Amino acid sequence: MPNAFWCLVEDDRNGSPKKVMAEVIGEASRLAPGRAEAVWLTDKASEAGLKQLAEWGAARVLLLEHAALAPYRSEVWVAAAAELAAKEAPKAIFAPVTSRQREFVARLAARLGVGLAADSVGFALEGDTLVATRPVYAGKLLSKVTWAKAPWVATLRPNVFRPAETQTGKTAPVERPAVATAAAQMKFVERREEVSTGLPELTEAETVISGGRGMKGPENYVILEELGRVIGAAVGASRAAVDAGWRPHRFQIGQTGRTISPKLYLGFGVSGAIQHLAGMRTSKVIVAVNKDPEAPIFKIADFGLVADLFEVVPELTKEFKKLLEK
Amino acid sequence: MKILVTIKQVPDTATQVKIAADGKSIDTTGVTWIVSPYDEFAVEEALRIKEKRGQGEVVAVSLGPDRVKEALRSCLAMGCDRAIHLNDPAWAAADTLATARALAAVVKQEGPQLVLCGRQAIDDDMGAVTAQLAELLGWPCAYWIMEEAIDADGKSVRAARQVEGGLEVFDLPLPAVLAAQKGLNEPRYPTLKGIMGAKKKEIRDVKAADLGAAPEPPQLSIVGLQALPPRPPGRIIQGDVPTAVKELVRALREDAKAI
Repeated sequence: MPNAFWCLVEDDRNGSPKKVMAEVIGEASRLAPGRAEAVWLTDKASEAGLKQLAEWGAARVLLLEHAALAPYRSEVWVAAAAELAAKEAPKAIFAPVTSRQREFVARLAARLGVGLAADSVGFALEGDTLVATRPVYAGKLLSKVTWAKAPWVATLRPNVFRPAETQTGKTAPVERPAVATAAAQMKFVERREEVSTGLPELTEAETVISGGRGMKGPENYVILEELGRVIGAAVGASRAAVDAGWRPHRFQIGQTGRTISPKLYLGFGVSGAIQHLAGMRTSKVIVAVNKDPEAPIFKIADFGLVADLFEVVPELTKEFKKLLEK
Repeated sequence: MKILVTIKQVPDTATQVKIAADGKSIDTTGVTWIVSPYDEFAVEEALRIKEKRGQGEVVAVSLGPDRVKEALRSCLAMGCDRAIHLNDPAWAAADTLATARALAAVVKQEGPQLVLCGRQAIDDDMGAVTAQLAELLGWPCAYWIMEEAIDADGKSVRAARQVEGGLEVFDLPLPAVLAAQKGLNEPRYPTLKGIMGAKKKEIRDVKAADLGAAPEPPQLSIVGLQALPPRPPGRIIQGDVPTAVKELVRALREDAKAI
């Protein structure tokens, strides 16, 4: 429908939308009640996935399903999405911040000749325009930006927006427009899976544990992983720990790593350098454990323990285990 | 092989940023400027490709006011052969798309086989120019690359991009655009010889008129900057470790409802 707020679906590459889509659809529905539409580019969508999108509140699902859409390549996706956008004339195009949406949405905005507000943390309708709020300068300032014309293209930081409540049994029409596939120049070679830690993905986790220089060495991260398994948290690291070679870069939280915004952040032996804060300061509750009472992280922490993390972590694991067994 | 590297000059992370009188930009007084870290990975990779192939040219390009010359000079000191400075007040309000348009015009004039960019600039963290440049050129693009290898005849590049849960490897025919992720390499420090040599290398000023069309008005504009709302004051939990941990768990559960 015209004036729709498109929500580009991020999926698990297995036919199901990721739960971050509840946040994207939730925010789109808040701004444009009844006009949030899920637009899903995939090689295979499951019936359960389509149902899920409707239950999160999508008024309609536009399913672009084609073998050429996997694995993701920006050149192929942009051609398909741009053609549909020309027909449908959406008012806004939203997507969650993920590695591929970061690229895809930027490229789509260029194809459509419109502005992009990446990594937004807030939106407000002001008259007939949308104003987005986004962190800039290592999260030290917030920038408010607006578009010269529609569609307003934006990516949304995960874990910031209130997720839509599941409306069990709600349905939505699913339309399957013809997919305009551009000939791909890029050829897929292989996918190399990371060794799974069995813990949630850093940017998606509701609870994140981070270990800094105070961890003293790579061998000590096992205690954080054990705590992570108890409370279902992802385990990340500060730049100091990554640069020391203790953890691979994919675990780095901060300006030159991942940006996270969990409900709960627990930092152990993390000093709180500006570049680390840039990646985690929008966390809702921040806990810091550090031996140094002067560590800058205490300035933004909601709860602080000036103590030895090697005493605190096992104790905390034990207490959480007790609590969660209740 | 000719390689073009796009860079951006940004305030050093540790520098204090203050909002300027216009409420939309930062007060640049006393700001320490650096080349955005991801762009240094791009410069380093370009230099390594040239060194490995034993020939070629690496051209650094940046858009911004006069101060940007300093950033370009440090790329020349690292080993880039020459630099292009898109230096015109007409670009003062350039958004990512206007920047990508200017860069695309330079690419068309220069005709490189490869464009390397940083994943995102660490001032506005938009991370869009690389993809938009690829779109305007109609070139294939790989984001967040952790490895790359150009084939012997210089016709294609194999790039591994970082995605959630792993790496995805693609062959891209050249010319192509790649966005460097941290982990791609360890950027070199300029040598004294490099710094001295950089002074003699060319930095060509380019005005909007030199690229043909006048810049289009920005599609995204800054309405205003504001300071972060202060976080409520935190609480240091006192006591011996077992007592403090018990209290922390209780507070997280009952007061903060975070677990």
